[in-house]
Amino acid sequence: MGMVTESQFHVLAVDDSLFDRKMIERLLQKSSCQVTTVDSGSKALEFLGLRESNESDDPNAPSSSPVTHQEVEINLIITDYCMPGMTGYDLLKRVKESAAFKSIPVVIMSSENVPARISRCLEEGAEEFFLKPVKLADLTKLKPHMMKTKLKKESENPAKEDNAVLKPEIREEEPSVIEILPLHQEVEQEPMLSNNKRKAMEEVISTDRSRPKYNDITTLV
Amino acid sequence: MNTVVAQLQRQFQDYLVSLYQQGFLDNQFTELRKLQDEGTPDFVAEVVSLFFDDCSKLINSMSRSLERPENVDFKQVDSGVHQLKGSSSSVGARRVKNVCISFKECCDVQNREGCLRCLQQVDYEYKMLKTKLQDLFNLEQQIVQAGGAIPQVNIN
Repeated sequence: MGMVTESQFHVLAVDDSLFDRKMIERLLQKSSCQVTTVDSGSKALEFLGLRESNESDDPNAPSSSPVTHQEVEINLIITDYCMPGMTGYDLLKRVKESAAFKSIPVVIMSSENVPARISRCLEEGAEEFFLKPVKLADLTKLKPHMMKTKLKKESENPAKEDNAVLKPEIREEEPSVIEILPLHQEVEQEPMLSNNKRKAMEEVISTDRSRPKYNDITTLV
Repeated sequence: MNTVVAQLQRQFQDYLVSLYQQGFLDNQFTELRKLQDEGTPDFVAEVVSLFFDDCSKLINSMSRSLERPENVDFKQVDSGVHQLKGSSSSVGARRVKNVCISFKECCDVQNREGCLRCLQQVDYEYKMLKTKLQDLFNLEQQIVQAGGAIPQVNIN
């Protein structure tokens, strides 16, 4: 069966442990996602095209806006919490503070069950918090979050092909986003951030350039 | 019907079940096996191998940190135990994981003797598991070479 890679979700996975990167990569592939793995928060930002420093108007900046840096389309970022240097929480904050990327759903993973940590991440805008070891069943929770970004982009690009993963519920003309109910929703885990999410999604920048093809997994170490 | 294959498959199944029953493996190993398919037939073996490499490295560095009684780097030991606990948990290495839990407790109260005991135990457990899984993978290989398929084993 021919896999239409252009329509697959592309996930950026961040973890400093090689072992954990291998695990999450396989889990995501098994869930039909394209995966790029990096071993640190700063590499993740680099991959996204976000400069380390504040990207507000800097006359000395090499290029103009974040839009031109965004060469890859990422539908979700999944990151470990405990990492040296930039923690998953720090990365989450940086992404949510960025105009270009704040609409990308972020999921945090941790081997430690610390309620204060979990609520802090969710409050900062994380969509989910997964306790390690992450299971295949956990990843089914990701699809609805990724669908939102994809459909939004496709509603702004009528020429693009349909999403092959799930049947699209929006026709091109419709400006609003339809909420898709996830399969296994655990209500306790998800606070109602829908207002913030919708607002954030208005600012998703999409381009007409064709998306680069990633034939295989890219692993940056 | 190839009875050699059937026999091997039976052997494989019994052996795997016994590993669960004896507490070497837990449910997470089942999850790991789910991630393997025709496209990635060596996934479990690769991950497990990575895990054992980690064990060896971490045990060595923790051993060095614990070496001199007057100068123990408990922070380093704690970091090592944390990593080991995480990866053993992800792999389904139940006994190794359980030792790590005790190990962490000894580390938290800076009990060097306790840490040394746990270190020895973790070393023993991972090597034991390594042998067991090697036998399991050998059985798998024999099945494949005999033209059979690896059975799906349901653990209750």
